[in-house]
Amino acid sequence: MHYYKPQSFDEAVQIAASASGVTRFLAGGTDVLVQLRAGTVTPDHLIDLKLIPGVHDIARTEDGGWKIGIAVSGIDLGRHAELVAEWPGVVEGMSLVGSTQVQGRATLTGNLCNGSPAADSVPGLVTARATVTVVGPNGSREVAVEDIPAGPGRNVLQQGEIISAITLPPRGKNSGDAYLRFIPRTEMDIAVVGVAVSVTLDGDKIIAARVALGAVAPKVLVAADAAAALIGSTLDDAAIAALQAAVTAAAVPITDRRGTVEFRKDVVAVLAARAARIAYDRAKGAV
Amino acid sequence: MPKDELKSEYRLIGTRPDRPDGLDKVTGRARYGADMSLPGMLHAAVVRSPHAHAKILKIDASAALALDGVKAVITRADFPTGLTGEDWNLQENSMAGEVALYDGHAVAAVAATSRLLAEDAAKLIKVEYEVLPHVIDVDDALRMDAPVIRAGVGDHTVPEGSPPNVSKKIEFGHGDLEAGFAAADLIREQTYKTEATHQGYIEPHACVAQLGSDGKGEMWVCTQGQWYIRRMCSAVLGLEASQLRVTPSEIGGGFGGKTIIFMEALPLALSRKAGGKPVKLVMSRSDVLRATGPTASASMDVKLGMTKDGKITAAHVNFRMQGGAFVGASPVGEALSCALACYDIPAVMHEGVEVLANRPKAAAYRAPGSPMAAFAVESLVDEMCHELGLDPLDVRLKNAVHEGVKASYGPTYARIGLVEVLEATKKHPNLLAPLGPNQGRGIASGFWFNHGGETSVSLAIGEDGTVTVSIGTPDIGGSRASMSLMVAETLGIAYEAVRVNIVETGALGVNEPSHGSRATFASGKAAVEAARSAIREMCRRAAKEWGIEEEAVEWKDGAAMPAGPNAGKFPPMTIAEIGAKMGGTGGPISGHHETNADGVGASFGTHVVDVEVDPETGRTTILRYLVVQDAGTAIHPAYVEGQYQGGAVQGIGWALNEEYVYGANGRLQNAVFLDYRIPVASDLPMIDTVIVEVPNPGHPYGVRGVGETGITPPLPAIANAVAMATGARLRSLPLSPPKVLAAIKAKKG
Ligand SMILES: Cc1cc2nc3c(=O)[nH]c(=O)nc-3n(C[C@H](O)[C@H](O)[C@H](O)COP(=O)(O)OP(=O)(O)OC[C@H]3O[C@@H](n4cnc5c(N)ncnc54)[C@H](O)[C@@H]3O)c2cc1C
Repeated sequence: MHYYKPQSFDEAVQIAASASGVTRFLAGGTDVLVQLRAGTVTPDHLIDLKLIPGVHDIARTEDGGWKIGIAVSGIDLGRHAELVAEWPGVVEGMSLVGSTQVQGRATLTGNLCNGSPAADSVPGLVTARATVTVVGPNGSREVAVEDIPAGPGRNVLQQGEIISAITLPPRGKNSGDAYLRFIPRTEMDIAVVGVAVSVTLDGDKIIAARVALGAVAPKVLVAADAAAALIGSTLDDAAIAALQAAVTAAAVPITDRRGTVEFRKDVVAVLAARAARIAYDRAKGAV
Repeated sequence: MPKDELKSEYRLIGTRPDRPDGLDKVTGRARYGADMSLPGMLHAAVVRSPHAHAKILKIDASAALALDGVKAVITRADFPTGLTGEDWNLQENSMAGEVALYDGHAVAAVAATSRLLAEDAAKLIKVEYEVLPHVIDVDDALRMDAPVIRAGVGDHTVPEGSPPNVSKKIEFGHGDLEAGFAAADLIREQTYKTEATHQGYIEPHACVAQLGSDGKGEMWVCTQGQWYIRRMCSAVLGLEASQLRVTPSEIGGGFGGKTIIFMEALPLALSRKAGGKPVKLVMSRSDVLRATGPTASASMDVKLGMTKDGKITAAHVNFRMQGGAFVGASPVGEALSCALACYDIPAVMHEGVEVLANRPKAAAYRAPGSPMAAFAVESLVDEMCHELGLDPLDVRLKNAVHEGVKASYGPTYARIGLVEVLEATKKHPNLLAPLGPNQGRGIASGFWFNHGGETSVSLAIGEDGTVTVSIGTPDIGGSRASMSLMVAETLGIAYEAVRVNIVETGALGVNEPSHGSRATFASGKAAVEAARSAIREMCRRAAKEWGIEEEAVEWKDGAAMPAGPNAGKFPPMTIAEIGAKMGGTGGPISGHHETNADGVGASFGTHVVDVEVDPETGRTTILRYLVVQDAGTAIHPAYVEGQYQGGAVQGIGWALNEEYVYGANGRLQNAVFLDYRIPVASDLPMIDTVIVEVPNPGHPYGVRGVGETGITPPLPAIANAVAMATGARLRSLPLSPPKVLAAIKAKKG
């Protein structure tokens, strides 16, 4: 196994582009090192991205959004008061990852690129319309977060391609988001179902909404019908019922050691209603 | 709790000093199984079957042996043949013979100069299998057409025409069952199921072993019982027991799972083949879950008769248990004996069978068999109390066993404390806490026999009057502290003046492991006797010096003194003075005691749990949890409470989420702690404890043994609470959210 410590994304791209065999990038390492020890993935090349200048920074973008470095840990994200105030749903997704120890290392980018359908930070990023900057041998491009995962344990990045930052758009007024997951215990579990909801209000009325579902499909699911069920409503009972029907219909879960199809379809509806209420209250400034 | 609340008349017993091993453990200085390394040591890796049931056609290790640094490969061919009974079971489980019997069954092992190299070499060992049909579930294993694990396993107790995997049948009871049921106003019969669960100790099995061609060997091993390791490894490898010296490491939990061997014979065999170099083997968590002792899974029928006012008139239990692919591994006998032990019932009948399945060889797990039995019986008692509108605590009191009552399993009870436990429970403020919507309260009692067993203890007086105690039962739960307290109390010296060492097999006579809640009882009893024999010798030395009769000297407050005015006027001779001059007064002073410790006192407990169930997701939250249990005497109350809390927590895991999930191919799907869901700290409230003390007359300080009873009531207590919270009665564990939600939905219709 070869281990590299590039000082820039250009250098990292070069190393990755010319590497043969299995390549992994090291952000927090909380997936990479666990898979290495368990013998499930033994990389030939391990490229540590943490020494590249700026990867630990959270910065305001010119248009009022946020640029989040790829090595920002869950703890640092959760301690960033302004970010938490604007995107509580994004941050709470990441804050659910692992334990205190894992939080000190784990990153949004790693959570996204690891490709788990149950990744906790991804639905929140999706409802936030977050994008990632992908740098590679052919230059750089912006890609929507929902277009990065390709299925369990896979992503769409080509050889030599690396994510150099995550960008959150400006939050805008009267908006709120929330993420909820179901686990049988209180921590140290993988989401059986995850739901993120983001809404923007005009008065009491929802004028924009996004709903994203985790762990009920091979990759994060954008539930457009569910969002449509919310738009134009005041989150009345009928809208909640329509939201619940839409997420249950959208979910295509499997039965495995963590839950059954029936259970996941039930619980996705329960969490969607609960997350929508929290997001709505946050948009109203109630919480 | 201050000492006087327990009404202790003792100077030290009942106090809570820091444990002697505490500093070592919090600073990382304590040496556990994997902490030992020796010069020239090799590392082992094990090749395990990926199949639940498969004939082993061929093992080709040539590619592995060709690697530079690979020193030995062993298969079953490297073990002696001709073993029978449990010795054969242990050998067969250590290394598969013709057939791999479960996913994770060892088929070969390799020793190499590094762990990574050994693991790479293990991957190069090619095993050809012919996959056979398998069976996992206990009820499936009982079918007449189930895949046969081993032909002819049934012993003389198994009637002809029984299903082929039945290995043992048990029946016992007393009283007139028919008359008993005839006297009942309500008769109910239900079937209950529990899943296999793992002990979940934090430290995986680990050892360093060395064995020469001269048959002399040594082992450093994480175990609950060094003599058991010695006997079992010797039997499996054909060694002379006394030539194998086994030293127990510090131990990170065992709960019964470290009382037998799983992989321990493999590094010995590898060492022998590698020219006597020491070999280290450390299991991974996945190996631990796949190939070390879980407990049995159970399917149980219970029939009870009760009068309108709550008197139980008759009981009939019929249990089926699988403990893996090996005869005698399930605790079906214990389960039957514990099932009705809390109740004074005129007519009882017990029936049970053990059945083999393609699962790992079950090991003891904290009160083996009793938690499952309690789940079945205590659930049905609760159901009937509700049906008859009776208070579940009152019904338990009405039927509670006490001294002089013939136990359901045969003997007559000596002094026991169930009534005192139930009365203390009734008084506890937790019973008055108001319950909100979707909340429920569950109550259940439980029992464990406790155990005495072979015990040998030595004690030596130091030159400065301090004392060394050599104990043969590894300290899993604070027993060094308890031994120190009992010895210091007996000798009349300071707690800190005693050092308790857990010693290797060469240092004492044979000791049974720290199992059966026996360490503080049996080793404690022997340590007190050893101290008393040292006291007699010290009195003798003083008598000699004073020139008076031995009988005229008594021992008080850590010193010999004349026994009254007629004995003469001499100042007390302290233990320090006696120790300082013992070289000149007759040589070293020690005390020794060995026994098959009798006088065991059973321990009963009652738990009360409050839960809240999310009606939309089926998820259960434990709100409040109370353990009330009879300790006999709490030598060190903090470690008694620790045992109560630990038992409750393991029971909570078993009740709510722990289970072995097998795929259709018979492979274990959740061999990691991420998916084998033991409770995490944030899942739990503080577990409240009440220590009831009804001293056991069979122990010098009244000890009963407290380690196991605590895991018996949680399964039914939680099921009873969930039933009250949801209105849905679940008779199959675990009460995982999908199951509870399905039950809630089914009830709504
Ligand atoms: C005990 C424990 C508990 C956990 N609990 C949870 C949980 O509750 N919820 C959850 O979702 N996850 C959980 N995880 C998984 C893991 O912690 C998260 O997925 C985490 O966010 C991964 O981030 P990381 O920085 O550690 O990733 P790493 O392990 O460093 O990398 C993960 C993947 O991302 C790739 N990668 C990293 N950076 C880049 C980049 N810049 N460009 C391209 N690819 C990149 C790597 O090649 C690798 O494939 C848990 C893990 C552990 C060990």
